[in-house]
Amino acid sequence: MTNVQIATGHEGTIRDQVRAYFQRVRSGEMGALPAVGALLVLTLLFASLSPYFLSKLNFANLFVQAAELTMLAAALVFVILLAEIDLSAGVTGGVAMAVFFLTLHAGIFWPIALLAGFAVGAAVGTVIGFFVAKIGVPSFVVTLGFFLGFQGLQLVLLGEGGLFKVDVPEISSIMNENLPAWGGWFMLALIVAVSGAISLWDRARRAKFGLPNRPIGLLFIKLGVMTVLGAATIAVLNLNRSNSVKEIAGVPIVIPVTITILFLGTFLLDRTKFGRHLYAVGGNPEAARRAGIKVAKVRILAFVLCSSLAVVSGLFHVSRLGAVEATAGRQIVLSGVAAAVVGGVSLFGGRGRLIHAALGALVIAIIENGLGLLGLPAGINFLVTGGVLCLAATVDAVSRKRATPGRV
Amino acid sequence: MDVPVIEISGVTKSFGPVDVLKGIDFKAYGGKVTALVGDNGAGKSTLIKGLAGVQPYDSGVIKFDGEEVQVHSPRQASHLGIEVVYQDLALCENLDIVQNMFLGREEKSQLTLDEASMELQATKALHSLSVRTVKSVRQKVSSLSGGQRQTVAIARSVLRKAKLVVLDEPTAALGVAQTEQVLRLVRSLADSGVAVIIISHNLADVFSVCDEINVLYLGRMVASIKTSETTQADVVGYITGTKSMDGIQK
Repeated sequence: MTNVQIATGHEGTIRDQVRAYFQRVRSGEMGALPAVGALLVLTLLFASLSPYFLSKLNFANLFVQAAELTMLAAALVFVILLAEIDLSAGVTGGVAMAVFFLTLHAGIFWPIALLAGFAVGAAVGTVIGFFVAKIGVPSFVVTLGFFLGFQGLQLVLLGEGGLFKVDVPEISSIMNENLPAWGGWFMLALIVAVSGAISLWDRARRAKFGLPNRPIGLLFIKLGVMTVLGAATIAVLNLNRSNSVKEIAGVPIVIPVTITILFLGTFLLDRTKFGRHLYAVGGNPEAARRAGIKVAKVRILAFVLCSSLAVVSGLFHVSRLGAVEATAGRQIVLSGVAAAVVGGVSLFGGRGRLIHAALGALVIAIIENGLGLLGLPAGINFLVTGGVLCLAATVDAVSRKRATPGRV
Repeated sequence: MDVPVIEISGVTKSFGPVDVLKGIDFKAYGGKVTALVGDNGAGKSTLIKGLAGVQPYDSGVIKFDGEEVQVHSPRQASHLGIEVVYQDLALCENLDIVQNMFLGREEKSQLTLDEASMELQATKALHSLSVRTVKSVRQKVSSLSGGQRQTVAIARSVLRKAKLVVLDEPTAALGVAQTEQVLRLVRSLADSGVAVIIISHNLADVFSVCDEINVLYLGRMVASIKTSETTQADVVGYITGTKSMDGIQK
């Protein structure tokens, strides 16, 4: 019996790895590539059309504008991975913030009021998940029901009037305040250190079992690129971008908050049993069931995570406005779905990552921001965003076809 | 003579007024490939579902490794060491080979998945079956051919340390070369000491890989013979009911 070695995908030189990557892309596993391409093209396009697009102030605004959408798109990833949808994610955030406002208004300490908001989110997720997983109502219908109902609930809770001021400096600082200059650098150092440590730990484990590792040069290149891009971003953000006397400089606080949540979510999806089971249920529920995975439990948890992260998105919105509004979350949810799909999360389930949602949200935010700077009417913005979504969904469907070869 | 890994006797099963299994006796030995053939409606699937614990028998005795056992749920079957590879394979196309082989039984080190250990064990399982058609154990199943998918499904049962592996029509959807590969795989699985039961309609496959052939005809076992002592024409006769074996038919 000759033992032919079966590869693991970790063998070979850097050049082999690069070649293998392009092969995967050609076979339909494009991942975030279209979104990254769109980011570059849109940036060049708007930079050439508007002198303000690449200004320091606008650069920082872009991140802040994208934060709400990023968080909502990331929330939706958990259910889109199951080939489900949550149309009510936006208004769930709105209702949770309404509850937060009312609790706060009753004179309760703000962290506890915030907890009440998150409890509402988790409860809503549980109920939706129960309807979808246990009773078998299509998620599109259940969440459409919640979408309509919660618009009403927001009005009932808050009364008809528009804005209700939330005067909590800790909360408004998320979107409106910046880290000191050293804080930005510390954040970058931490990110690079953590990613490096995780990669090295993985390598050590593989080595312990006698498994091949990718060339270590690849890790250094990855960390190097990360450091250079991160340093450039932070250097720009640390410059004074104010047009008036008061200085505005530093990394907006929302950036480390968002990165931390994306990191924890990615860790959950990539490295825990729950994450693996979520992908399995999204890929083939019947196979997952036969493998002994509790499919209903996984589905319900996914909806709980989605609704809870939607509350974070709602919180960002409140932080930016400094107020709770009764109409929050109606429009953003569709942009959230669009962001996830544009970023490369498959609507067919089982494929996609949180970083894709973040990239997709940046694409949508850039379109909105860029068209706004050009002074085009809001209608154009919707048309372009809709077109990009259709394009992304088509790419998704085509690449899915390509990834499934004809059965023998 | 060895003790059979699985031995069932006098097994019956009916759905309402229809008697699907009318007192079946059946044995499969470790290290041997045992075929279960019969026309559509003969009761093959019902017999297998009973072993898998999906649809327990009405009456009869099941002995596993010589001991009488109860199989009332898939979990019990799996616990005994019985693995069934169904025709549709039940793989997740969006996951890679290692992830599929450990699906539902992932190994952890502390809180996180122990990828390195799982990758090593999956590679070993594939090696033990002399698999050489798979390029990388980290390939997504969506990029695999039908034969390779069958390979992954069979290797999964090796990983679970199955003593009895039931394969439902393993070559039905495959081309010539891939059928060849899968049959070779079945042989090495049996050579490692596992009892393998194959359900198949393809007599050429059955004769090329099986040691023993059992023929079901309308809920009765009409023949249990060594492959070397029979011919395809005879087996066709048993399947269609035009021929019977003295002493076995009740």
